[in-house]
Amino acid sequence: MEMSPGHFLLARLDDVARWAQSTSVWPLTMGLACCAIEMMTVTSPEYDIARLGSEVFRSSPRQADLMIVSGRVAQKMAPVVKRLYDQMADPKWVISMGACASSGGIFDNYAIVQGVDTIIPVDVYVPGCPPSPDGLLYAVNLIQQQIREGGRGGILARS
Amino acid sequence: MTLSATPLTPEIVSRDGNAMVLSMGPQHPSTHGVLQIMLEIDGETVVTAEPEIGYLHTGIEKTAENLFWSQAQTVIERMDYLAPESNGLCYVLGVEKLLGISDRIPPRAQQIRVLIAELTRIASHCVWLGTGGIDLGAISGFFYAFDLRENVLDLQEAAGGARMHPNYMRVGGVNGDLPSGFLPKLDDLLAKLPGRMRELRGLLQANPILQDRTIDVGILSAEEALQWSLTGPALRASGVAYDVRKAFPYSGYDRYEFDVPTRTEGDAYARFLVRLDEIDQSLRILKQVRKDLDTPGPVMIDDTKVAAPPKETIALSMEALIHHFKIVSEGFRVPPGDVYQSVEGPRGELGYYIVSDGGNRPFRVRTRPPSLYNLQALKGIAPGNLIADLVVMIGSLDPVFGEVDR
Repeated sequence: MEMSPGHFLLARLDDVARWAQSTSVWPLTMGLACCAIEMMTVTSPEYDIARLGSEVFRSSPRQADLMIVSGRVAQKMAPVVKRLYDQMADPKWVISMGACASSGGIFDNYAIVQGVDTIIPVDVYVPGCPPSPDGLLYAVNLIQQQIREGGRGGILARS
Repeated sequence: MTLSATPLTPEIVSRDGNAMVLSMGPQHPSTHGVLQIMLEIDGETVVTAEPEIGYLHTGIEKTAENLFWSQAQTVIERMDYLAPESNGLCYVLGVEKLLGISDRIPPRAQQIRVLIAELTRIASHCVWLGTGGIDLGAISGFFYAFDLRENVLDLQEAAGGARMHPNYMRVGGVNGDLPSGFLPKLDDLLAKLPGRMRELRGLLQANPILQDRTIDVGILSAEEALQWSLTGPALRASGVAYDVRKAFPYSGYDRYEFDVPTRTEGDAYARFLVRLDEIDQSLRILKQVRKDLDTPGPVMIDDTKVAAPPKETIALSMEALIHHFKIVSEGFRVPPGDVYQSVEGPRGELGYYIVSDGGNRPFRVRTRPPSLYNLQALKGIAPGNLIADLVVMIGSLDPVFGEVDR
């Protein structure tokens, strides 16, 4: 974007669209475990994810752009997570929040999926057990950056 | 990987052909976690509600069997993730009983344990207050409650080094003394808390909409509550004054003066009020603990077979070095036997049945999670109520699914 001498704001339509898209990333209300509490905490006054335009947690996957996999994914929950991801409309992004979602964490056992990236494509991983809310805010920042750079997220980016 | 098929598609027509079977969850904003409820509904009225659990089964008890006694505490704290330190406290008390060192825990360590356990209770009730309000559409209560929780978590982070799972309780004491600057921060919180509670009560307790939604919803009589094995605030709201801190005191709770708040109505509003009163009682305990904390003292048992010797002695003493190496590399051994230990968690009687075969790893760690027993009652109180009230009932029982499914 640039300001011309005659005070016209010139911009490419793509840039404007991406700017609008990146500042309204709506997450899906899907809490799984401990990390879900920290996911709720980012909406609290101390962290205030509304500054990034992502405070609108949507309960329906049809209205959500971002899936935050907040916690350990049990074998029984994995088909549900996959189905919710499939129900979200493109373009869509995924944050794998915490050690358990990213790699299984300390639960290297029969019950936990060893990394949610074995079932859905992940765009940003957040380390921590659980990550601090600042960590999640930074992850949303990274998603915004990906959108501004023309990223399309998830399966579309890989196709 | 292959995904096993789960029965996600509900039947549309039920046995008698009138009612509809509806699946609520496991992804639902008001189920407080990954709970699926198979509902048989007749219009708006619930005929039967069958909770389907296990969507967060983590195998924590099994994993604990493969870890050293002290490492197992790490996974155990991930069960009830709203009150991790209550889990930790219960587990270390049980292991200490097996080791036979319960009466040698330094008094300051016990005071710090009580302090952290009560702070945890306040933090946990704050989450419940906030999310319970959201279920009813009272969003602003969430911001006040989470702001208060943030203050409590700051203290927890200062003491243990992590916001949510500090792993601060240790077999034999606590992990290090309170850091400098902790007590002034605690004083600030104690001074601020009564005012914040008044605010919260004004926002929620006196709110006519909240009263309309919760009064006479999900009534449990004292007999029913006992039959469903309810504990904690859900039981006390039905008029039974059972509190593990009073009935089987631990960590020196018998030294502190506090009341067990009870109500007799047994509805969702009563459970709400009992939890608010509990925060006030926690504040009372915290004030008494605060007076004790001015006296310095050791915070870890002086027994190098259980606790690693202080770091500064390792460079000077050969024995200290050997003990430190043994504790770090192979943990400590616990004499064979079994023990049941319970504490009063924010949700009720939290218990661990711990079995040792004499090795350096637990043979079995069986949990009595209060959330699981409290959640059972949903099946009893839901029929005959509206679907919208089901949300209130789940919220008032306050289940945490890390603990239900483990």
